[in-house]
Amino acid sequence: MSATLERVKGIDQRFLVAAAILFAVLLPFFFDGGSPFIDDAILALAYVVMALGLNVIVGFAGLLDLGYVAFFAIGAYTMGWLGSTFFSASNGGDGVHVLVTGTAASLPGIHINFVLVLVAAVVMTTIAGIIIGLPTLRLRGDYIAIVTLAFGEIIGQVAANGDQLKIGPIWDKTIGWLPLVPTLGDEATLTRGKAGISPVDKIDLPFTEPFTSLALRPWYFAALALVLIVLFVNIRLRDSRLGRAWVALREDEVAAISMGIPTVKTKLMAYGAGAAFGGIAGAFLGSYLNTVNASQFEFTFSIFILAMVILGGLGSVWGVVIGAILLSYVNNWLIPDVLNGLPGDLGLNFDLTQVSFAIFGFILVIVMVLRPEGLIPEKTRQQEMHGIGTGETAGAGSDVELEEAT
Amino acid sequence: MSAQAANSPVRSEPDAPIRAEALTKVFGGLTAVDRVDLEVRRGEIGAVIGPNGAGKTTLFNMLTGLYRPTSGRVRFGDRDITRARPDQITALGVARTFQNIRLFPTMTARQNVMIGRHARMKAGVFGSIFRPPWVNREEREAEERAGDELGFVGLRPELIDRTAASMSYGDQRRVEIARALASDPEVLLLDEPTAGMDPRESGELAQFVLKIREERGLSILLIEHDMKVVMGISDRVTVLDHGELIAEGDPQEVRQDPKVIEAYLGRGAA
Repeated sequence: MSATLERVKGIDQRFLVAAAILFAVLLPFFFDGGSPFIDDAILALAYVVMALGLNVIVGFAGLLDLGYVAFFAIGAYTMGWLGSTFFSASNGGDGVHVLVTGTAASLPGIHINFVLVLVAAVVMTTIAGIIIGLPTLRLRGDYIAIVTLAFGEIIGQVAANGDQLKIGPIWDKTIGWLPLVPTLGDEATLTRGKAGISPVDKIDLPFTEPFTSLALRPWYFAALALVLIVLFVNIRLRDSRLGRAWVALREDEVAAISMGIPTVKTKLMAYGAGAAFGGIAGAFLGSYLNTVNASQFEFTFSIFILAMVILGGLGSVWGVVIGAILLSYVNNWLIPDVLNGLPGDLGLNFDLTQVSFAIFGFILVIVMVLRPEGLIPEKTRQQEMHGIGTGETAGAGSDVELEEAT
Repeated sequence: MSAQAANSPVRSEPDAPIRAEALTKVFGGLTAVDRVDLEVRRGEIGAVIGPNGAGKTTLFNMLTGLYRPTSGRVRFGDRDITRARPDQITALGVARTFQNIRLFPTMTARQNVMIGRHARMKAGVFGSIFRPPWVNREEREAEERAGDELGFVGLRPELIDRTAASMSYGDQRRVEIARALASDPEVLLLDEPTAGMDPRESGELAQFVLKIREERGLSILLIEHDMKVVMGISDRVTVLDHGELIAEGDPQEVRQDPKVIEAYLGRGAA
């Protein structure tokens, strides 16, 4: 009896997923190709990718990361460096062009096809994820949060002040003379600070016209494709040896390492995988927003993404998707377009966008009070939240304290 | 009891899969374990006894790599594993259980035991994402093995897919032993396996430890307070008090050792 029930439920879930994907595919055809709704939808999809990445670190592995914006930044700068006129003196002013068509092919600077940039962004952010992961390995809980927070701030500050940082001469002297490595020129800086690297090359896929900022449907489908790939990877990771190892580490680290789970490797895999998703979203947004500037990479963004994960349900893949879409629409549509004038109508002297983070904070408080496990809770998380077993056995106060376990 | 030791097939050629040499652990000013030598011989059941705070669990934690010894060595066969990580030691073939059961509470019994199998599995990030046939096979085999181990420890089949937190204390103990066995250990360390059990359950568990040794050919070291269990199944007993090894030998010898009696009952009783 219960087996039948379960099968019905299984079919239902698959049906729901298929229906959701179908809906997502058809959605843009109900709107004009340049409508603000599609614009919001594209941003929402990019945020879904990022939230799914953060969910690997915070939800699956239980490592509270408050500096996730760092991976957004690194992904976006990878796009900016490898797909714009930013390094205009590169290769003696002739530029570097790899598999690009259209206007980009004749511009100075480095122009590499978006697909290759994505790969580069994944590599860069994975390495960054592992570097940030390393110093947190001996830490737990809140302490991890503080270290990651600092890392996010460092990247933000480097981005903001990178316009003073002349990397060109050093680069050219050290590796710029190697074959296949382009020179950058003496004036090349690391970033363009708050002014931003702009314009950024549009996505240029094989067999299609390069994307433009007027027709938004191709962007939407590219973002949707990224979401589906990341979703697939997320689910596969969750239901695997690695996913099980993450849950074990999260619930009882001492027992997990005693059973043969290598803490360092397993945690670094969570950081690396989570960071890679952030890099994918970062590279996409760099191209879509047509700018990579330091004001995009502030601490509040880390909180914004974390709020999506918590609202949806820590560790719950589908919950996080819903949470990301909801908060993204609240941020990009509900607050600025629908409710923005509300305080003015009530005779108050401010716009709602000025207090949007207060609204997110309020939403989080409501979630914590009414439904701490999130909108669509992950099953085991729900049990952990309601204090079945863990808490007492995991962490401090037990007979074994981790010491020099790394 | 020495009859049992004589029955042990490999008794004639004493080699020790795991051995502690002058193992010492100092916490701040407290010497929790003080130059303890100990070995578990192949196929033997060894017991470590001693009053509370004698350093028994600290000794276990050093043998399994959770604590790094202040001085001394741990050898596994002819390898020095003093500085090895816990997961490396598990992969070599040392598995343990904990005094206060440490299962993963929200995982099912089967998943818990599969974690024990992880040391013998290989799938990493790419294996998990792309799932080539060998990964699927590995996963399926781990699932089956987990079911087998849970059967071996006598968990009722209907509990296999229930979460660990929802199980009775006795069943949790079984799952924990199954988890340790799933890693194919050569040496099994049991930290107070009968804690919290009534005499009948303790007796059953003692018989079960004998069965593990017999069917799996493991070497077993256990920390135990229940003297009936210790005297009933162990080949050799090591007594610790205040971190020091005060007596060692077969159960009969140890039982009559005045130093042991003193440690347990206090000066004057001896």
